Amino acid sequence: MVETQTPLVAVEDLTVRFVSRDLDISVVNGVSFTLAAGEAMCILGESGSGKSVTLRALMRLLPPAARIGGKISIGGLDVTTLADNDLRRLRGGLVSMIFQEPMTALDPVFTIGTQIAESVVFHDGVSYAAGRKRALELLELVQIPSAPRRLDAYPHELSGGLRQRAMIAMALACRPRVLLADEPTTALDATVQIQILLLLRELQRDLGMATIIVTHDLGVACEVADKMAVMYAGRFVETGSSIDVMETPRHPYTRGLFQSTVHGGMRGAPLDPIPGSPPDLADLPPGCAFAPRCKLKQPICEAGVPELVASTVDHLTRCVMAG
Amino acid sequence: MSQAVTKAPRPQTLTGAMPPLEDRGGPSQPMLIAQGLKKHFPINAGFLAGPPLSVKAVDGISFEVAKGETLGVVGESGCGKSTAARLLIRLIEPDEGTVILDGDPVGVTRGLTLRELRRRLQMVFQDSYASLNPRLTIEDTIAFGLKANGIATSAAVKQARRSLDLVGLSPDMFAQRYPHELSGGQRQRVNIARALALEPRVVILDESVSALDKSVEAQVLNLLQDLKAQLNLTYIFISHDLNVVQHVSDRVLVMYLGKVVEVGPVEELYSRPQHPYTVGLLSSRLSMSPRRRIVTPPLTGDPPNPINPLSGCRFRTRCPIAEDLCGAREPVLGPAAAAHHQVACHARTAGSGHSQAPAVSA
Ligand SMILES: Nc1ncnc2c1ncn2[C@@H]1O[C@H](COP(=O)(O)OP(=O)(O)O)[C@@H](O)[C@H]1O
Ligand SMILES: Nc1ncnc2c1ncn2[C@@H]1O[C@H](COP(=O)(O)OP(=O)(O)O)[C@@H](O)[C@H]1O
Ligand SMILES: [Mg+2]
Ligand SMILES: [Mg+2]
Repeated sequence: MVETQTPLVAVEDLTVRFVSRDLDISVVNGVSFTLAAGEAMCILGESGSGKSVTLRALMRLLPPAARIGGKISIGGLDVTTLADNDLRRLRGGLVSMIFQEPMTALDPVFTIGTQIAESVVFHDGVSYAAGRKRALELLELVQIPSAPRRLDAYPHELSGGLRQRAMIAMALACRPRVLLADEPTTALDATVQIQILLLLRELQRDLGMATIIVTHDLGVACEVADKMAVMYAGRFVETGSSIDVMETPRHPYTRGLFQSTVHGGMRGAPLDPIPGSPPDLADLPPGCAFAPRCKLKQPICEAGVPELVASTVDHLTRCVMAG
Repeated sequence: MSQAVTKAPRPQTLTGAMPPLEDRGGPSQPMLIAQGLKKHFPINAGFLAGPPLSVKAVDGISFEVAKGETLGVVGESGCGKSTAARLLIRLIEPDEGTVILDGDPVGVTRGLTLRELRRRLQMVFQDSYASLNPRLTIEDTIAFGLKANGIATSAAVKQARRSLDLVGLSPDMFAQRYPHELSGGQRQRVNIARALALEPRVVILDESVSALDKSVEAQVLNLLQDLKAQLNLTYIFISHDLNVVQHVSDRVLVMYLGKVVEVGPVEELYSRPQHPYTVGLLSSRLSMSPRRRIVTPPLTGDPPNPINPLSGCRFRTRCPIAEDLCGAREPVLGPAAAAHHQVACHARTAGSGHSQAPAVSA
């Protein structure tokens, strides 16, 4: 397929290092991907693999100790070289983010209505009354029942599920073209989680946003993602359509993750977990970072970091043994 | 059905440090019986006058756990699972109700003392870090509990090292480490080792694997299954993860807002859930296939909070088949269609007056 225009999101060889007086670790080690409007991608991996840092890099939401390398282009904007006082052009209107814990994004001392209205006023330069009207529309968009009454609620007065919806409304306030979500349902109960996932799927479809969801939960990824990227020790080790990755996983880590995940109908049978634990990022092995835990390990695996190789057009695996 | 209650041989002791616990009631005596447990937490209503409010965290629950069985406990956060666990192990006193361990009542004259209870019943919590003392080596942490039970220091250390071995942590490598020098999975193994060092008969696992990564969770689940067989343990396994509960449990108990709404053998309950809440909960499980996505949410809303809960059935505000009756009268746990399966729902109770209730059999 010929690319006629640059995709909405293009990330090339992204690296993130944390450097301070007593610390120097590389936590993202060359991540590349593209995403078109209307597409949903999931970054899947265990804790510490670099998912949140990757996501935050896209919005330049990292502490000063972070050194970002590579290229990030969103909506034609060169994110990595953007001056600090131009970050406004990026955040809110172009890219916006929702978190696992809504209270990281909501201010406890203001009502939901006020917070959303203020944010609309700030970004769109409209009157407060117009901002307030938009806030109501947004609460209705995220399906908060009795929305007019909820405008005057403080975050702590809402249940967990409603708070999550309010945060999503806040993130949508300025019509972002790209929505980032970091473990958006991890803290929620099963019956509420599925409601929020369905809402995200619906919003993404209706508003045509590009969405990147970070999760450690295969079920969540299957529910919302068109594409998946499996992350291990700061690298994508397998990428492809959700169906390809779920149905024909190729990387031994991806397979191990599936075999470690308890799902229905395997009562009592021993699980086949990946042995050991993830590597220390400050001291990564020279070759494939997964090699020390891998059943298929050969001497060649330790010689150098394997490239991402295509098995079918859009299904890539970073493993010399995956063939 | 896989219920290993035929015989209950006591396991060989780990090092001989702990005097072995005898089986008192025999194989047909349940290992644990909870009867009418209730715990309400008063809450401070501030300066406002009015009726005193309380959180009805556990509001009259009864159940049994057979010897050698794993009872899974599920339900959404706030439904009272941890409070129930803390009542069983007497970290908090019940307002009402009794706990009977292998025939011996707990906390009454001539019943089991607190120390005797904790010798027999141990608990592993979710947060592996908060439950370990950061200033003690893990060997000392484990030995501490043993010494509190009157074991001499050298015997306690030996027992601690044996327990570490049991959970797959080589004592030579790990005994002298501090909690911060361990990974989350290793810390949770230490917590399990600490619980097992007392050679208890029952272990309550309260979200014990929930905070772990999947690959580590699977390792710890395998370990728990091995230990159970090896040491002839009885488990109460609390988790919000319905797949994990299905994997490990023989029977499953479902809680909603301080009440037991359903209990039954795992296969029966998962394949023929009776309570509308259980049905909704199980249908909220995500598939592992992008081709089989859920299209409508099985339940709407969040669980309401347990302060002065609703009259009648507490689930009725989210229930797709609620009728007037459900607000008027509280359903009680009673027999469902299959043996050993119980449900608290008017729609499943013959003669209740609910339009979907089964006919009264002659
Ligand atoms: N501000 C920071 N300073 C130093 N290290 C950090 C910082 N933020 C994250 N890290 C490290 O980067 C690694 C990846 O973190 P993260 O992206 O949060 O992982 P996850 O995949 O769980 O989201 C971890 O080892 C974490 O400790
Ligand atoms: N010490 C306490 N004081 C007041 N309320 C409590 C206390 N412990 C628990 N609760 C409340 O009791 C209810 C049940 O809590 P818990 O047993 O922890 O539920 P679960 O473990 O199922 O999530 C919750 O509403 C919780 O806030
Ligand atoms: Mg993260
Ligand atoms: Mg709990």
